[in-house]
Amino acid sequence: MRTSAVIAHRLLHAVGLAVSVVIAVAAFAASAASTPVLGYDDARHLLARTGFGPTDAEVRAYATLTREAAVAKLLKETQTTASTTPPGGALDTSPLQFPNPETSSAEEKASFAQAQAREGIALRAWWVREMLTTPSPLTERMTLFWHNHFVSSQAKVRFARLMYRQNVTLRANAAGNFGVLLHAMAKDPAMLVYLDGVRSRKGAPNENFAREVMELFTLGEGHYTEQDVKEAARAFTGWSVDRETGEFMVRPRLHDSAMKTVFGTSGRFDGDDVLDLLLARPDTTRHLTEKLWREFVSPDPDPVAVQRIAARFAESHYDIKVALSELLLCDAFYAAENRGVLVKSPADLVVGTLRTLGIEPEQGVAFAVATAVMGQSLMAPPNVKGWPGGEAWINATTLLARKQFVDRVARADGMSTRSERMTSTRSAKAGGALERGLSNLHFDSARFMSQFPGAAPGERAQWAQRLLLPVAPQSTEEPPNDATAIVHGLVLDTAYQLK
Amino acid sequence: MDRRTFLQSSLSAVGLNALGIGATSVAFAAAPQGANYRNLLVLIELKGGNDGLNTVVPYADPTYYALRPKLAIARDDVLQLSDRAGLHPALAPLLPLWKNRELAVLQGVGYPGPNLSHFRSIEIWDTASGSDAYLTDGWLTRAFTASPAPRAFAADGVIIGSYDMGPLAGDGIRAVALSNTEAFLRQARLAGAAGEARNKAYRHILRVESDIVQAATNLDARHEFTTEFPQGGFGNAIKTACQIIANPSGVAVVRLTLSGFDTHGAQSATQARLLGELARGIVALKGALTELRRWDDALILTYAEFGRRPRENLSAGTDHGTANVHFALGGRVAGGFYGEAPVLDRLSGDGNPDYAVDFRAIYATVLERWWGLPSKPTLSERFAPVPFVKT
Repeated sequence: MRTSAVIAHRLLHAVGLAVSVVIAVAAFAASAASTPVLGYDDARHLLARTGFGPTDAEVRAYATLTREAAVAKLLKETQTTASTTPPGGALDTSPLQFPNPETSSAEEKASFAQAQAREGIALRAWWVREMLTTPSPLTERMTLFWHNHFVSSQAKVRFARLMYRQNVTLRANAAGNFGVLLHAMAKDPAMLVYLDGVRSRKGAPNENFAREVMELFTLGEGHYTEQDVKEAARAFTGWSVDRETGEFMVRPRLHDSAMKTVFGTSGRFDGDDVLDLLLARPDTTRHLTEKLWREFVSPDPDPVAVQRIAARFAESHYDIKVALSELLLCDAFYAAENRGVLVKSPADLVVGTLRTLGIEPEQGVAFAVATAVMGQSLMAPPNVKGWPGGEAWINATTLLARKQFVDRVARADGMSTRSERMTSTRSAKAGGALERGLSNLHFDSARFMSQFPGAAPGERAQWAQRLLLPVAPQSTEEPPNDATAIVHGLVLDTAYQLK
Repeated sequence: MDRRTFLQSSLSAVGLNALGIGATSVAFAAAPQGANYRNLLVLIELKGGNDGLNTVVPYADPTYYALRPKLAIARDDVLQLSDRAGLHPALAPLLPLWKNRELAVLQGVGYPGPNLSHFRSIEIWDTASGSDAYLTDGWLTRAFTASPAPRAFAADGVIIGSYDMGPLAGDGIRAVALSNTEAFLRQARLAGAAGEARNKAYRHILRVESDIVQAATNLDARHEFTTEFPQGGFGNAIKTACQIIANPSGVAVVRLTLSGFDTHGAQSATQARLLGELARGIVALKGALTELRRWDDALILTYAEFGRRPRENLSAGTDHGTANVHFALGGRVAGGFYGEAPVLDRLSGDGNPDYAVDFRAIYATVLERWWGLPSKPTLSERFAPVPFVKT
């Protein structure tokens, strides 16, 4: 009896222990499932890194979400089409007309160049306005990211409408599937012109695209041989552009249909076959994951995390949302040491300043010029490698242009004394458009400051700092009382150049 | 060693400061051994690709006249420099410099595997890369990263009247760009942060701000010259350059830009106007530098992304070409012809001549002969200098 009592007691105790362990585990699991909400600073960080300068209201809406919910919402809200209407010329489907280099007169050539330049400016203005007004800033950030990955420049492509069509394709797949995007870009008319696909033919393959597709678009430097480039170039022969419609077309007679050997595999490959071979290589997922890391997380990809995310990206067969989700949920993204380590691109600075301050200009052209003055002429990256970005955004000229821009915007309250005219050495016409756009801006600093909670001006200034700066300001001066002076001080702070 | 170099090297060995020579000279005392940035480099970019064949005209070559029925400069109009070549008539203001043997004509300057895109080719020139390599830093940035100008200099280099930093692009060089000194000084008030850098990007921005402040503190636009500067944009840029050079704190490089040379159509009038601006600008530059007693330690070099195709097109213009002619001018330039004129009856499939002098050999001359720096670290390989400066 005694023994059984002891046993019973022990049993009870064990059950009790087990029960309490179960309860503890359940409680722990419950707390893990409902991870804490982002809070103001993490929400601001997430929106600033995935968009262009969030507003206070946007930050507060995301602040109550968990990381998972916030990232899921951002990804779910991405779009595949623009929300604003492009300029008329971009949609033109009439036959392409271009001057004959041999027989056209100088006037014909000049008028062609001027017309395309005009359409190109309208196109850039439209894109900047889309960035300024889109309900999904991440969509435009990704479109811009791919524009700087699959680089083409109107300087060579010349036809603005081909640049527009490429932009449409980039957006349609911006947060879609990289494999689909790669195949589409290889057949994109602007790309075929930019990287000389249109000049490539059987017997005289042009290696430009074949080289860049390996070096820049997929594998990265050092992961292919010169022979791979030569053989792949033959596979892409025959991919061309219809001179009338400007659409992709295959010219079978120009295609080299003989055997090729790429990465040790042989076959009568065409371009699509080579692209699939590239997509099958782990170098491609790693290269892309590292590039996305540098875009969103920090300048120095963490090799362990990159390997893990690249594996998930590969498993998903290149679902861009999977890669983005992994990057935006990883601890490194939120780490204190990775705050304020990325330099804002000119588009970030220009569009972000206007968005975060709640200014919606009617015209985009001045702000397209502004990004160009700061070194980012949209639709015209400097070369096939694109804008190097990061610290290369900042030199004495561009930094003064950036400071002048934020100076002008913050003081556009109708009361401040007129600031220095922004200089554009691009052209008098561009300078005029920039100046007109800046002169027409109106920023209501008092209203901006009144959105923050708190009765004391000092308290509101603290909130403005938390919204506008990724890290503590360089300036250690006491914030001023005047609304314009508060905003002006923050946007001119060194920390404002970073995100 | 002539008296001048002897004086310079012994002075820098002793230290000008110790000799109690005024503030003007302090900046030069700290120059690293070998890097003589007292020698000023003035680069003039002929943007768009100047037509070299109508700049230095092979007036004795019948092929030239055959290739250019509309655009050729008549033999009688050419300002003859030799029995084979002469200057475009708009360059007449440069004739006194030629006679003084202060003008070197560098012919056939180019590079292997020429690229005919403006953007790409100027990038190759600015970064001194091979035509199949992509570098981000300018060639002067690499040189100054290894051998900076003394801290007391206002800047290593100043870019005038252009947005892009060209050969001064990238980190590692103290460079500012401005169009107008007064406007720069007003804008520079927006810069001026100092303090603790929290990460690499932050440190970079603070450094750029401090470059701006350093330049703005040391520059002013107050020097009055007796030399008259030509009217117009390029004349103003020359004046701005001279005001900067007049500052005692010093700069080692000034880069100016003259744009509009992309003459695909109706070339004659445009090129004549531009070459006239160039020549008058250079003459004013010489006048002002002579006033400042800097003509003997100034080297002026022209450059461009490419030359133009020898055969004129059907619009009385010329298309993108390759090898080109350039000028070196200065009090210590050894005047005369260098390189080789393009061989017009031996053109490539796309109708362009081969190059005779790699442009990096010109850069090697600047680095080695003008500044006393090794050129290989900057240019990756050794290019034999062209002896157009007197040592």
